[in-house]
Amino acid sequence: MLKVENLRVQYGMIEAIKGISFEVGDGEIVTLIGANGAGKTTTMHAISGLVKPSAGTVTLDGKDLTKIAPHKIVEMGLAQVPEGRRVFAQQTVEENLTLGAYARRDKDQIARDMEDVFVLFPRLRERRTQMAGTLSGGEQQMLAMGRALMAKPSIVLMDEPSMGLSPLLVSEIFRIIEEINSKGTTVLLVEQNAKRALAIADRAYVLETGNITLSGTGEELANDERVRKAYLGG
Amino acid sequence: MEFLSYLINGLGLGSVYAIIALGYTMVYGIAKMLNFAHGDVIMIGAYVAFFALTGLGLPLIPAVLLAMLVCTAMGVIIERLAYKPLRQASSLAVLITAIGVSYFLQNGAQLLWSSSTKVFPAVISSGFFSLGSLSISYLTLITIAVCILVMAGLTLFVNRTKTGSAMRACSEDKGAATLMGINVNFIISVTFAIGSGLAAIASVLLCSTYPSVFPTLGAMPGIKAFTAAVFGGIGSIPGAFLGGLLLGVIEILAKAYISTQLSDAIVFAVLIVVLLIKPAGLLGRKMSEKV
Repeated sequence: MLKVENLRVQYGMIEAIKGISFEVGDGEIVTLIGANGAGKTTTMHAISGLVKPSAGTVTLDGKDLTKIAPHKIVEMGLAQVPEGRRVFAQQTVEENLTLGAYARRDKDQIARDMEDVFVLFPRLRERRTQMAGTLSGGEQQMLAMGRALMAKPSIVLMDEPSMGLSPLLVSEIFRIIEEINSKGTTVLLVEQNAKRALAIADRAYVLETGNITLSGTGEELANDERVRKAYLGG
Repeated sequence: MEFLSYLINGLGLGSVYAIIALGYTMVYGIAKMLNFAHGDVIMIGAYVAFFALTGLGLPLIPAVLLAMLVCTAMGVIIERLAYKPLRQASSLAVLITAIGVSYFLQNGAQLLWSSSTKVFPAVISSGFFSLGSLSISYLTLITIAVCILVMAGLTLFVNRTKTGSAMRACSEDKGAATLMGINVNFIISVTFAIGSGLAAIASVLLCSTYPSVFPTLGAMPGIKAFTAAVFGGIGSIPGAFLGGLLLGVIEILAKAYISTQLSDAIVFAVLIVVLLIKPAGLLGRKMSEKV
């Protein structure tokens, strides 16, 4: 269970996150929706330790992540697919996936997990010796997701996984997110594509300029008048 | 024959530049900073080797190892104390700090060991290898061989080991590297350790060629090696190798055929021309600044 309580993040004089609380239960898909600049990515960064919150706590199974060195958070079972993919362009697909398992020590199991990633994303197998920078946007997104799975996380954070992809690929990505979740991995999803995100989410939160303004099940929010107006195009 | 011997001597000098340039280029590639104190780590290495050889009476190899040990520790400590607190600061602040560290080391050495020049003992064979009319000193050959070994070892390390892969990841994207569970601070320490250890090797080769040890001895080779790193494309390991060798060859040929006094000017003129044509250096990648 991931629990965010009264989280605040300050960039200089600007408070980007103004004391938000939410939780993600084991096995759930929870989505944070909101406009550009609402603080979605900042929230993700704060959970993964890339930015230091000015107040509040982030706990994973009772342990406070804000007191742990950022590189240790992966070891605790929390991985992230960052916004914009951020694959290592000058390393091969296989090297990227191996880096995903950097924090692990169970060598034999790593090889088997890479096989699982190739089953989930057959395109990556075809491209395994290719530099990640030469992949298409969709393939890079798959690589970023595969790389996060290589950490064997109990929860994976996905930041705008469908950004910039063709409609066909967007469907594919959302199908894969559901598949990952059905195998027991908890998912916290940040999306601008609110419609698709709400359709697969167990629960959802609406983030507006650093505050959570609405929450409910995916279905409730999809049918909420305000959400429909602001995020689903009427 | 004369040209060939100049060429080989140039490669010898260039090998020293290349080994030093590796320190600049690796630190730049990973910490994105110019460590202007790198030249002075060479100076520290030279003093340690000097005292180990003369004072302690150690043989060459243990003396080199001791110098490497001290320089490695120095590099890591400098990074911890001077640069790490500035991780979020502007690059100008880091640059000025590096220059400050450089002066600190130079003046510290002067205080500890005085400014008078010490004569480095001739520990590497002073003989010559002759082939027909061609005669090359063993020292030059050893220097070139050491440079090739260093280069091969480093390339294997960076491309084949887990830590090497993590280093390449950090040089591309530190945030993403952190998300993989890579301890970026540790990787930066490793980088400084390797660069400084190599500086110690370079110091012994350098002082065997030019046997005087003084507090500012690292300044000129430092700036030349930095030039070599930029020449080859800063951040690129093969670039440092190529840049170092080319710089050494150009310098020796300019000395031999044009003018001893103008040789440095010619070296820098070539650098300017190269940067005008290829702004990222010979093997450098054009990098876009990420916002």
